[in-house]
Amino acid sequence: MEAVNIFVKSIFVDNMIFAYFLGMCSYLAVSKTVKTAVGLGAAVIFVLGITVPINYLLENYVLKAGALAWVDPSMATVDLGFLSFIMFIAVIASMVQLVEMIVEKFAPALYGALGIFLPLIAVNCSILGGALFMQERQYPNITDATVFGLGSGVGWFLAIVAIAAIREKIRYSNVPAPLRGLGITFIITGLMGIGFMSFMGIEL
Amino acid sequence: MSTEAAAVNKEVIKEAVPREPLFGAKNKRLITDPLNDDNPITVQVLGICSALAITVQVQQAVVMSLSVIFVMICGNIIISAMRNIIPSRIRIIVQLVVVAALVILVNEILKAYLPDISEKLSVFVGLIITNCIIMGRFEAFAMGNKLWPSGLDAIGNGLGYAWILVVVAVVREVFGSGAISFPGIGQIKFIPQSFFEAGYMNNNLMILPPSALIVVGIIIWIQRSRNPKLIEEN
Repeated sequence: MEAVNIFVKSIFVDNMIFAYFLGMCSYLAVSKTVKTAVGLGAAVIFVLGITVPINYLLENYVLKAGALAWVDPSMATVDLGFLSFIMFIAVIASMVQLVEMIVEKFAPALYGALGIFLPLIAVNCSILGGALFMQERQYPNITDATVFGLGSGVGWFLAIVAIAAIREKIRYSNVPAPLRGLGITFIITGLMGIGFMSFMGIEL
Repeated sequence: MSTEAAAVNKEVIKEAVPREPLFGAKNKRLITDPLNDDNPITVQVLGICSALAITVQVQQAVVMSLSVIFVMICGNIIISAMRNIIPSRIRIIVQLVVVAALVILVNEILKAYLPDISEKLSVFVGLIITNCIIMGRFEAFAMGNKLWPSGLDAIGNGLGYAWILVVVAVVREVFGSGAISFPGIGQIKFIPQSFFEAGYMNNNLMILPPSALIVVGIIIWIQRSRNPKLIEEN
């Protein structure tokens, strides 16, 4: 039940875009058509679902204060927490590379759909943000961490597909010239964020 | 948009090859362009994530801007110094390692000297690593230019980022809480008490995340209507 709660919360309440603005750069750049938005959104779900649990293991068995106690009791005092940024980003960059190669080999159809988006994702803030929130919130077990990763991915997917659909339609509207493109996208995202705030306080 | 801008920048530098005085016209443009015409946030659309999330209070925005400027200047200079020995296939990883190392430094300093603000910035200090402005400048400028112009470029883009952040933060804090709190001085009221007595209320929406997007949208609107060549077709 706890896992379902985390899932729903990370999609609607703690939405990566509307509550924390993570991954805004690619959100704004790749949301011109629904088709590409779906591709990038799916790639984000995929990568978040893989990197958050891996970083969770890394955090709990290597980096956290006392996490190395399983190697040798004398190492219980070692705290490698200050290395977490560099380790997380290294894991993310290498996982993205690995996932790209595996998908290319074993699922060419999926590679055709996600392919060009995967390299973009290594520097998408939402992926590193997922890892850092996982670290900050101290999830009790790996299931919760994975569910959190997937949920955040789904939330990001929803947000980018919704804005892409709106942007496709807004081309036919008469937006004031200086507001066209970027400006109106910001304002619409803000309004969507206000809409999403109505989910605040949901507990399952 | 950003690649175009980068191409333009490279041309500017190539022309300047013979002997450019340290503060010549072209070097000055490296600093002034990103403040307005080529602003990293409103024109190049980079580094939005952190720009929006930490603008609830002016203090946080200032600390964040200083951190980003520091990381950007050091990083741009380091990358520019190493540009001829970085193999192009692994350049992204090299850039990430340089940024990550600098950000760890900033994070430890903030934790030691400004623990309150470090707590409020939470994960966003770490997210400087994936701040697209920094990677964008490395990729578009530092990889192809000498130390001095790279440093200036970093200062220009850092300031361009900082002023948007501070403006958004001032708007949000003044309308959200009616006063701006400064460390050491305390709160300075901007909305007079008589307004509150007459029925004025703080706009709580300004403290919530969506307002940041709307404020940036309005800044873009104002900037583009004053500078029509930035207007997009669609």
